[in-house]
Amino acid sequence: MVLDLAFIWAALIAIAVLAYVILDGFDLGVGILFPLFPNRRDRDVMTNSVAPVWDGNETWLVLGGGGLLAVFPVAYATVLPALYMPIILMLLALVFRGVAFEFRWRTTRGSIYWDVGFFVGSLVAAFMQGIALGALVQGIKIIDRSYAGGWWDWLTPFSLLTGVAVVVGYALLGATWLNLKTHGELQEKARRIAMVTGVGTLALIGIVSLWTPFINAIYFERWFSWPTAFFSAFVPLLLAICAFALWHGLRTDKHLQPFLAALGLFVLSFAGIGISFYPYIVPGALTIWDAAAPDASLSFLLVGASVLIPIILLYTGYAYWVFRGKIDPEEGYH
Amino acid sequence: MFAGLSAELLARFQFAFTVSFHFVFPAFSIGLASFLAVLEALWLIKKDNAYLKLFEYWKTIFAVTFSMGVVSGIVMSYQFGTNWAGFSDKAGPIIGPLMGYEVLTAFFLEAGFLGIMLFGLKRVGKELHFFATLMVAVGTLISATWILAANSWMQTPAGFAPSANGQLVPTDWMAIIFNPSFPYRLVHTVLAAYLTTAFTVGAVGAYHLLRNRENRQARIMFSMAMWMAAIVTPIQIGVGDLHGLNTLEFQPAKIAAMEGHFETHQGAPLILFGIPDDEAEVTRYAIEIPYLGSLILTHQLDGEVKGLKEWPRDQRPGALIPFFTFRLMVGLGFLMLGVGLWSLWARFRGTLYQSTWLQRAALVMGPSGYVAVLAGWYTTEVGRQPYTIYGLLRTEDSLSPIAAPAVGASLLTFTIVYFLVFGAGIFYMLRLMRRPPEVEDHELERAPNRAAGITPGPVQGAPLGGGHGA
Ligand code: HDD
Ligand code: HEM
Ligand code: HEM
Repeated sequence: MVLDLAFIWAALIAIAVLAYVILDGFDLGVGILFPLFPNRRDRDVMTNSVAPVWDGNETWLVLGGGGLLAVFPVAYATVLPALYMPIILMLLALVFRGVAFEFRWRTTRGSIYWDVGFFVGSLVAAFMQGIALGALVQGIKIIDRSYAGGWWDWLTPFSLLTGVAVVVGYALLGATWLNLKTHGELQEKARRIAMVTGVGTLALIGIVSLWTPFINAIYFERWFSWPTAFFSAFVPLLLAICAFALWHGLRTDKHLQPFLAALGLFVLSFAGIGISFYPYIVPGALTIWDAAAPDASLSFLLVGASVLIPIILLYTGYAYWVFRGKIDPEEGYH
Repeated sequence: MFAGLSAELLARFQFAFTVSFHFVFPAFSIGLASFLAVLEALWLIKKDNAYLKLFEYWKTIFAVTFSMGVVSGIVMSYQFGTNWAGFSDKAGPIIGPLMGYEVLTAFFLEAGFLGIMLFGLKRVGKELHFFATLMVAVGTLISATWILAANSWMQTPAGFAPSANGQLVPTDWMAIIFNPSFPYRLVHTVLAAYLTTAFTVGAVGAYHLLRNRENRQARIMFSMAMWMAAIVTPIQIGVGDLHGLNTLEFQPAKIAAMEGHFETHQGAPLILFGIPDDEAEVTRYAIEIPYLGSLILTHQLDGEVKGLKEWPRDQRPGALIPFFTFRLMVGLGFLMLGVGLWSLWARFRGTLYQSTWLQRAALVMGPSGYVAVLAGWYTTEVGRQPYTIYGLLRTEDSLSPIAAPAVGASLLTFTIVYFLVFGAGIFYMLRLMRRPPEVEDHELERAPNRAAGITPGPVQGAPLGGGHGA
């Protein structure tokens, strides 16, 4: 039997990106919520809740990018030039976000600047990721294995909408994370924010989902023709269940349930995008088999990935376990 | 605004700028991670709290440099696509899996255990904490191994075949990873990182010794750093020599550029100094030592050393940059050796902690590692021109289809942001290094309970480094 290496890798890259979105999603979300918590001590607790894990979370982004270069080099070499501006802005934003964890402790008078950097960095990174997603859904122009569009092509009403959707969605993840990791007034406030951003997220998921099928005929066909319509019907149903779990969890002041429900919303939206894209990696231009690297590259890395990813999950899980539970504001990490 | 500069040139500036900034941090964090592991091991073995204090002292500094290494590295992993799409498409099947392995074996390892190393002593206990420190240190070394395999493959490609669609297809992974220049580059670069750290730590130790000779922690770090300098520098010089011989075999044009030779010689002189003029194809104002060039490179007095004129102009690097950066690196190498030998002499005489001149010299040499490392990389990378993959893919064919204004604008933004952010970071590191390496007693009591007891967060009030707000 011959393994379809390109397919396996498409699935692995998708999982890496999903892992990135939900993991870095909640810590970018914490940053997006920063201005709503002006109190210095609240902010310390907020950053401490993600300080031990953010680097690991962000590494999934490197795996997504590096993996794309390894297994779908043409996709990497066309998508990144097409999304040049949003990617560069995202990277610069991540610079501010990443250093803020350390720098805000290294100065007293200057720390407010790094707090601002933490907020703006998180916000811009999330917005640019959303824009990149939207631009990709709209499709990019490829001639002869290289990008052939202009450098503003990514900017459209649809990509702006997906940008906003990702920001609001990350804010929801951040709020439910804080609801899980903190107590007292901070948690109470996070819970209220989660309600508002929850409604916002659901509304935006709705608008984006209704818009998407009309962008490109392939999406329309995928969602409204048999047999995929069967799956497409399931996704909204499961979304409704998650939405209920979120609402119910927040109403009854559960701590873990809202976070899991919010993750569920992301996983389902992601699956929805997957259904739309398949079998394309760059919609309308490159299928996963067009874009795949030679088998020698795919199999070489797959051997390592199948051994290493379980190990990574193990010790990453352990690191989360070490820092489990509510953050004790007195236990200054720094 | 960017008129006159091509997208290619701007993309090269941008890549050189971002990767140079990036490498400054790994050069320190690779060495520092190992140093921290050694300090913690000494603490666990000797049960002497001085080592714990030193560990805590350098750990805070490590956290700052590491965070800058991470964020600047993430930029790098996307620059291959944004700036070098042609390269990514053609070489992705080979470079990509190497970097993929770097992520899977190194980056996750570093990131997974970093949190425990920085904040977890109280939560996991001493042994597991030491294990975490060790994993971070090992992670940085694994990371260097993969990325240097990738870079060395671009210098001396092996184990591949071209395919119909223009991609380079891997045929033998062992030959790809263990390509001819890889062992030399790996050893030379890791030792360079160790030396960079040794001279940084040595300078901090010297600074505090100059202020207070009795400071026990300052003594320990100064002594350890000087041992490193005395032992590792000679090895590094030897490895550098072997590295050069390897380059002569596989990239003779690079050697010609580094040496400033335009003519082919039997019995080539060593040009100590001069100014290579790439237009006129001569090295002006050359100060030469007869035959020494051939002697070093071929180990024979009349060995042949090829000059740049052997290659057509469009297939060879310019000599100006490699010539000077190479001399800078080698010069610093010998200065380091000088300090190392001096410290041995002082140690022998029993004046290691008294000799203020030695300490002043060590203080001045603090930044030498960073300069040497960057100089070395510029020699290597500029000497590879005009190719990104030596002999196979030219830099102009590696480019992304991006307009010059886009690259120019982003280059400008990178410059501003990097100087701002990393400038601040370096300022904070220097301020942390200015703290005397000791802990007040009340802090000490708390140390086992508090993850990073000696670095007062704002909750504890006192600003660091003697009341300087930023
Ligand atoms: C010889 C060592 C070396 C060299 C030549 C490079 N790096 Fe690096 N890099 C490291 C050594 C390192 C490290 C020691 O593993 C770092 C530095 C400090 C740190 O935080 O981890 C790191 C961090 C780091 C990260 C962040 C990892 C994380 O999330 O934890 C990325 C994505 C890269 N690098 C990527 C690159 C790329 C694409 C390079 C080539 C252009 C590159 N590095 C050159
Ligand atoms: C970390 C230390 C490094 C430094 C300081 C460095 C420096 C440079 C410089 C100065 C250039 C521009 C050369 C020129 O245009 O004349 C360059 C180009 C380049 N380097 Fe490196 N480099 C480093 C590591 C790496 C690594 C590890 C890789 C790949 C795995 C790499 C890949 C490239 C590529 C693709 C280019 C662009 C094409 C070119 O201009 O040659 N570099 N680098
Ligand atoms: C003093 C004697 C030294 C000699 C003879 C020497 C030799 C060399 C040579 C020939 C290269 C270019 C290799 C190539 O690209 O083909 C090189 C690169 C380099 N050198 Fe040195 N070197 C010396 C000292 C140092 C010192 C003291 C440092 C840093 C502390 C250093 C750091 C580097 C680095 C980082 C590179 C680039 C990576 C590489 O290609 O290995 N070198 N060196």
